[in-house]
Amino acid sequence: MSVAYFPGIAQPAPVVRLRGFSRRFGPNLILDDLDLDIAAGEFVALLGHSGSGKTTLLRTLAGLDRADGQAVTIPSARAVVFQDARLLPWKRVWKNVALGLPGRTARARAEAALAEVGLSHRLDAWPLTLSGGEAQRTALARALVREPQLMLLDEPFAALDALTRLRMHELVLNLWRAHRPSVLIVTHDVDEAIALADRVVVLDKGRILFEERIVAERGSRTASVRDLRRRLLGALGVATQSGSYADTVAGGQPLAEAAE
Amino acid sequence: MTRARSTLLSPLRSRWLSPVLFLLAWELASRTGLIPAHTLAAPSTVLVTMLQMIRSGELPANLLVSFWRVALGLGIGVSLGVVLGILARLSRRGDALIDPLMQIKRTIPVVALAPLFIVWFGIGETPKVALIAFATLFPVYLNLYNGIRGVDRRLVDAARSFGLDQRQLIVHVILPGALPSLLVGLRYALTISIVMLVIAEQINASAGLGFLVNNARDFMRTDIIVVCLMVYALLGLAADTLIRTVEDRALAWRPKLVEA
Repeated sequence: MSVAYFPGIAQPAPVVRLRGFSRRFGPNLILDDLDLDIAAGEFVALLGHSGSGKTTLLRTLAGLDRADGQAVTIPSARAVVFQDARLLPWKRVWKNVALGLPGRTARARAEAALAEVGLSHRLDAWPLTLSGGEAQRTALARALVREPQLMLLDEPFAALDALTRLRMHELVLNLWRAHRPSVLIVTHDVDEAIALADRVVVLDKGRILFEERIVAERGSRTASVRDLRRRLLGALGVATQSGSYADTVAGGQPLAEAAE
Repeated sequence: MTRARSTLLSPLRSRWLSPVLFLLAWELASRTGLIPAHTLAAPSTVLVTMLQMIRSGELPANLLVSFWRVALGLGIGVSLGVVLGILARLSRRGDALIDPLMQIKRTIPVVALAPLFIVWFGIGETPKVALIAFATLFPVYLNLYNGIRGVDRRLVDAARSFGLDQRQLIVHVILPGALPSLLVGLRYALTISIVMLVIAEQINASAGLGFLVNNARDFMRTDIIVVCLMVYALLGLAADTLIRTVEDRALAWRPKLVEA
């Protein structure tokens, strides 16, 4: 179920390029002959069950796992935002953002990044006193300050409440538009993927099971993606009606779980 | 009703009551001749003796000698413990080389080494300092070793994903993460250093608190012995206060202390 990739236009070299990438831990094949390209400035959402290989793929793209001589291209300027923020609790907020930045401008750059995520008033706070949303905004600033070509978001909003999540989605899109990194967001949330991404990829058992580009503009996607939602959920093993979340959860009949 | 009763009983609940009663009983027993002075001097005699010893300079001079022995021994022991702990934890080869030796060392009571140290280092300052250093090394090493093992892998991963090198990881992530454990080790080391001081000085010394105690024993001056006991107790208390101050400053990021 592959989809044409910017058909007819000569492509610049992608920022991320995996060809036939496999990874195994002992007898388990986690990623199986995977091909993945991410173009410069592209926003990709990666969906998949737990154990589908999402985390392994993200660690590979983050450069945390060695590629063992396989055909992997990743940019040198990368940054990761993890689900659990992972701020160093013993460093004040601005020092967390400035972590590892060279030179005397580190503090100024950290402050600028924190201003961009709206945290100018929390520069000297201890991380453990931040709310969940503030911690994630700090993590975003810490990623942003590195001017990444590739920004990896690992279920960054899964632990936030719905209203905070909404604001964070706005913030991420604004930051992405202002800085234009390539973004890969790993998520369990089909609606989050549809709202944010240029392209949605479903990973299953280490292979790409489903992939679709979303052409409709952000902010006016409801009509054009009514069916996409059903197909994405289907690829994840949940049979449902087409339509928005409000339509698909109606009670009365149990959602049919596809046999695994 | 419960409240009224607790107010009535409050003198009986004060934590000062029993020590004060104890001192009074002791003083009374001494005055009536129930406890002869060569068995145990009266509290009032102890106090007078202490003031005399302070005024004559006998106590401060000997205290200073003892203090330097502890400071030097601790300085060496703690530094070695920290360096060995880091080396053992951060490389497999270091672990294989260092940890077995430390575990073997743990099984030997350091006090039992005193005769050997006297044979090696004579009866001057060296065996005393060496004994304290040797005894304080292990609690620091062990606690740091365990503390580094307890550092959150996810924080290390996050820091690595932002391109920190090994040295930066140690300085910004691993040592601060292991600091609470290291401080526990330091607390043990301080306690042990005072115990070792007592032992080392009572074996053989020509100055210091232990020397005062030995002399007092020969002349049956129980008042001087009690003065020295009090000084040992004060040393312990001072050490504890020192560690608490360091903890309050170094661990200010911990939520309990942040709220206070």
